[in-house]
Amino acid sequence: MNNQDRIAQILKAVSQNPELPGADESLFDGGYLDSFALPEVVAALEKEFGIKIPDSDLNPRKFETINKIEQYVGARQ
Amino acid sequence: MASIAGFGSYLPARVVTNAELAAQLDCKPEWILEVSGIEERRYAASDEDVVAMGVAAARNCLDRAQCPAADIRLLIVSSASSPQRFPGPAAAIAAQLGLGETPAIDIPVASAGSLFGLALASHLAASGGPVLVVATEKMSQAIELLPDQRNTAILFGDGAGACLVREGAGLLRIAGRELGSDGTFASDLRLPLAGPVEMNGRSVIMQATRKIPRAILAVLERSGVPPADVQAFVMHQANQNLMDRVAKGVGAPADRFYSNIRRYGNTSSASMLIAAAEWWTGAALSPGAPVCFAAFGAGFHWGAILAITE
Repeated sequence: MNNQDRIAQILKAVSQNPELPGADESLFDGGYLDSFALPEVVAALEKEFGIKIPDSDLNPRKFETINKIEQYVGARQ
Repeated sequence: MASIAGFGSYLPARVVTNAELAAQLDCKPEWILEVSGIEERRYAASDEDVVAMGVAAARNCLDRAQCPAADIRLLIVSSASSPQRFPGPAAAIAAQLGLGETPAIDIPVASAGSLFGLALASHLAASGGPVLVVATEKMSQAIELLPDQRNTAILFGDGAGACLVREGAGLLRIAGRELGSDGTFASDLRLPLAGPVEMNGRSVIMQATRKIPRAILAVLERSGVPPADVQAFVMHQANQNLMDRVAKGVGAPADRFYSNIRRYGNTSSASMLIAAAEWWTGAALSPGAPVCFAAFGAGFHWGAILAITE
């Protein structure tokens, strides 16, 4: 499974919605995730990828789309 | 060691329901409740300012603590919604309470203001005598009831809270403090001089859901108190969903987090002391019970205080 697949699994589990938006579409604007789901996504990313996401990186724009999450995770690995 | 000797509160009479707001904000009342946990909030009258509400809460606190105003040696006032740049409301509140030339200082740090005030008071009461902490907010003046402002406009209400801190025995002995500030995201929650409140909700939630539990766990660990032993958590009433996330982050039952946000909304710095005043009225804890106060707000500023019932 590549990183994007692993991220997709996390997002589906948190949102409990199997219909993911496109990789460059906002996860929030269409209501796929609400604001309170984002901390859960971050915690799951840390666990799945074995990374530590510092408070200073908790900028919602870094987690706006699947592609942005993939870029961020790739840079932290 | 300093103790909290009493709490007080004041809430304006006017109740503003979700139905009333929804009509102005072009949304449904049910949506407001779902995203915030708020059913109604109070709005101050046009001639009711942060000074008047602060004085009312202070008097309520002094009455409940059976403490004459003349005994107060320092007044700390938290308000982020004062209508003028200076002076803040502290001096006027002191004057109306008849505190004479007792020093009165303002700490305009918004939602965490009463927690910071309580922490400061617990340091200063030991050397300087009784400290009265007042948090008073007229947040209805800091919002605009327009559809494009609905995400923030639904949250806020008006009110004031107070607590008295002094050396020696009281209701709750202050046993530990953990405070923090980080200006990295200062622009994500602010009230510009021209208003209204500007909030990046996602950023606030991401930071708060990490920083509040971390502060709580830090102050508990230093005192050797497991989270499960804490009998009550009284925190800034920002959003019910946030309080539920904090409970999960701390690993404590959600029903130990006192909540009155359904009735009063988010009254910024006043909320923690309004909640404390209500909670204490109905609390039936044995001596030695750990209680945790916590708050997070603009700045960002945040923290937690551990207190033990006496």
